[in-house]
Amino acid sequence: MRFIPLASPSAARVGLITLASVAVALALCALIFVFYGVSPAEVYSTMLRGTLGDSIGLAEVGRRTIPLLLIGAGLAIAFRAQFFNIGGEGQLLLGAVFAAGTALFIPLPGPLLLPTVFIMGALGGGLWALIAALLRRLNVNEILSTLMLNYIAVALVTYLIAGPWKGKDVRGYIYTDSFPDAANLPVIAGTQVHWPTLVLGVAVALGLQWLLGRSTFGYALRVVGENPGAARYAGISSARVMTVVALITGGAAGLAGAGEVAGIHHRLLEAGQISLGYGFTAVIVAWLARGNPALCLITAPVMGIILAGGDLLKIDLNMPFRVVDVFSGVILLCLIASEVFVRNRVVWGARA
Amino acid sequence: MTQPQPASSRPPALELRGITKRFPGVVANDSVDLTVDGGEVLALLGENGAGKSTLISILYGLYQPDEGTVSLGGQPVRIGSPAEARKLGIGLVPQHPLLVSRHSVAENLALGGGQASRGGGLFPARGVAGRVRELSEKYGLEVDPTARVSDLSPGEKQRVEIIRALLGGARVLILDEPTSVLTPQEASGLFRVMRELRADGRSLIFISHKLDEVLDVADRVTVLRRGRVVGGVPTAGATRESLAELMVGRGVDFTRKRGAALARGEVLLDVQNLTASGSRGLPALRGVGFTLGRGEVLGVAGIAGNGQSELVEVLAGLHPARGTITLDGQPLTGGAEARFQGGVAHIPEDRIHSGTVPSMTVADNLALRGYGRSPLARGLARDLKATDERARQDVEHYSVATPGIHTPSRLLSGGNIQKLILARELHGQPKLILAVHPTYGLDIGATDQVHRVLLERTNEGAGVLLVSEDLDELLSLSDRIGVMVGGELRGPFPVSEVTRESLGLLMGGAHPHSIPGAGQGVVA
Repeated sequence: MRFIPLASPSAARVGLITLASVAVALALCALIFVFYGVSPAEVYSTMLRGTLGDSIGLAEVGRRTIPLLLIGAGLAIAFRAQFFNIGGEGQLLLGAVFAAGTALFIPLPGPLLLPTVFIMGALGGGLWALIAALLRRLNVNEILSTLMLNYIAVALVTYLIAGPWKGKDVRGYIYTDSFPDAANLPVIAGTQVHWPTLVLGVAVALGLQWLLGRSTFGYALRVVGENPGAARYAGISSARVMTVVALITGGAAGLAGAGEVAGIHHRLLEAGQISLGYGFTAVIVAWLARGNPALCLITAPVMGIILAGGDLLKIDLNMPFRVVDVFSGVILLCLIASEVFVRNRVVWGARA
Repeated sequence: MTQPQPASSRPPALELRGITKRFPGVVANDSVDLTVDGGEVLALLGENGAGKSTLISILYGLYQPDEGTVSLGGQPVRIGSPAEARKLGIGLVPQHPLLVSRHSVAENLALGGGQASRGGGLFPARGVAGRVRELSEKYGLEVDPTARVSDLSPGEKQRVEIIRALLGGARVLILDEPTSVLTPQEASGLFRVMRELRADGRSLIFISHKLDEVLDVADRVTVLRRGRVVGGVPTAGATRESLAELMVGRGVDFTRKRGAALARGEVLLDVQNLTASGSRGLPALRGVGFTLGRGEVLGVAGIAGNGQSELVEVLAGLHPARGTITLDGQPLTGGAEARFQGGVAHIPEDRIHSGTVPSMTVADNLALRGYGRSPLARGLARDLKATDERARQDVEHYSVATPGIHTPSRLLSGGNIQKLILARELHGQPKLILAVHPTYGLDIGATDQVHRVLLERTNEGAGVLLVSEDLDELLSLSDRIGVMVGGELRGPFPVSEVTRESLGLLMGGAHPHSIPGAGQGVVA
């Protein structure tokens, strides 16, 4: 078996190989389930029936799709600029913190409150990512800095809810008081799908696709990402582009955090309860979409199914919830490994 | 060209018969025949895209031929991989050295050295050092085995690659454009080594664009054109003109492309006392000053690393400096974008890593300078129609050979990438054109076009600062030539007062006044 480089892989090839790598990942996971002592058929049928099979399941998928879509679309942009943001989780949490702070402590007239909550959420996430962009100017690798900032964000949330922001009426629990009603998002009746955030997510994904493909900034971003030497030559400031990219990708994650607290929890609570690892799962969403924000409209629900399905496995088959990490990990590995098949043609058989 | 050997004589060291290699849409090699004897240097000559690289890749086991046979010493062989090629005694000295720069020379040679590294136990580099010294002495390949590769000059790195091939037992040595990274002095050192290797009975295949070198060092020349062997001649009796004609299939005149040197007109660019630091903080420019007239071509010669790159970068707004620069009476300030808009075009040294974005389309690459402004943008949005329209015009006007304007520029040949850059940089009417090695690696046809375009612009009043390593190019285009040595500019001298020889001495650091003919008419 030999690899022969392709001049330029077609979109169809990229799509097919992406699907194939997901299929391989599901097959590998099936093998793991066999060793775990569960029938893979039962696992997959449970997941599908419980997510796409009924309206409750669909709503669960929808709830998880919202943050994945927002963070994934932002990460798609970041990856195109070669800004490897692994800190979606921390940026989501900072978005939640800024949103909660606004909802709890800033007295605003009702109609202004929710927009302000979202704006502050975006600001919180954006500023958190900005730290990594500024550190990058000092040659600090953003993979490390964004990853480490996640842990600081968790600690910050814990500090706030156990300390200065701890609710007055919550006794031994550590979380804040509930938000005023004006700061709570409407949901689709009977579900936890806070639809305004979903609409926002769709708008962000489409908007970022436009930004990437049609705007002058998107052009500069691609030059910086694809050839920093040419960016320097043409007088495009990589540092400035990175700053804006960080604000976008962090801001999108911050919006997701604001949506989670204003749409579902209505208070700031422990980090592990606000986010189910959305920041990390969104990396796969962006990767599956091959850096196209609009394609996250497809890939985010796919990963939403896996997250929601993982919940069902826990309840119905008594498997640990961490099984979703197995899914995510195997899918990401298969996707990364599939790059070689995207860029090369495979020739089977002995050498000529 | 490659007549079958008489049955009585020894079979050639290497023989290719009817080698054909097809790629989608292209026949890269079309029944190529080629032989090299022991103790012979064969030059492989051809324009870009003539099929030289493919042929080398087949010899080194990177590609398999679709048809044809390769024989070594009369025995047909199958070369399935570079490892097999090395086992068969075929060594490749790559154009750009493939060495681990943080490791020592000996460590690099021990890496994958096989036999060569035996005797050192857990420290293979120690075993190699002795063999390296042996080879160094035998062939005049001076290299310190304990030196770090990052401290070596390009010429020394190349010697390490040659030693690596010899350690691997190479009887047939392929040198892929070995002089492209060397100074003239280093190149003549390389030729001495090549002659030693030939005297030792080894076979050498030498790939070069430079006809003088081919005539100097090779015994025979095989010329490829469009994948076919179009000629094979002994170098004895061949001339530059005859080889060039074989290569391009028509006569090429080597006379001066520019008419008489321009009478000095109105000053366009005035540079005074420019000082700048290089990338490692060492002074790269030490008080450089010169003027450039309207319609003038000022050539800048020099061995790489003497401040030419920094001079261009400073003028293009990519590198900070102290001193004054005025263009057309106005101080030249600001970043790269502002200077381009102010009329400074820049044909960069590295057309792949800075001149273009290889993954982007031809149309997007042509928009690299104007993407953010009218007419290619309206507000924050790009005007993709206008971008495509300009691309179509540029591609046609500069006859860029590309399957389409939405093809990634990575798929274009070097000459067409350079035409793309020219089209983009010369859009509008630049006053000053900074051209750095504008024809490096280009075939004669593309070189001609680049030269013609640059000279056309001088007729329209633009000034050209031409930095080149090719003295023939400088002598054929420039009105005056300066030489960069250690961050200082010697000259510029009117082109009538310099020769290849006097420029070579200046590049080596000789003082102008000590060189007959180079001292008069000094402007700076």
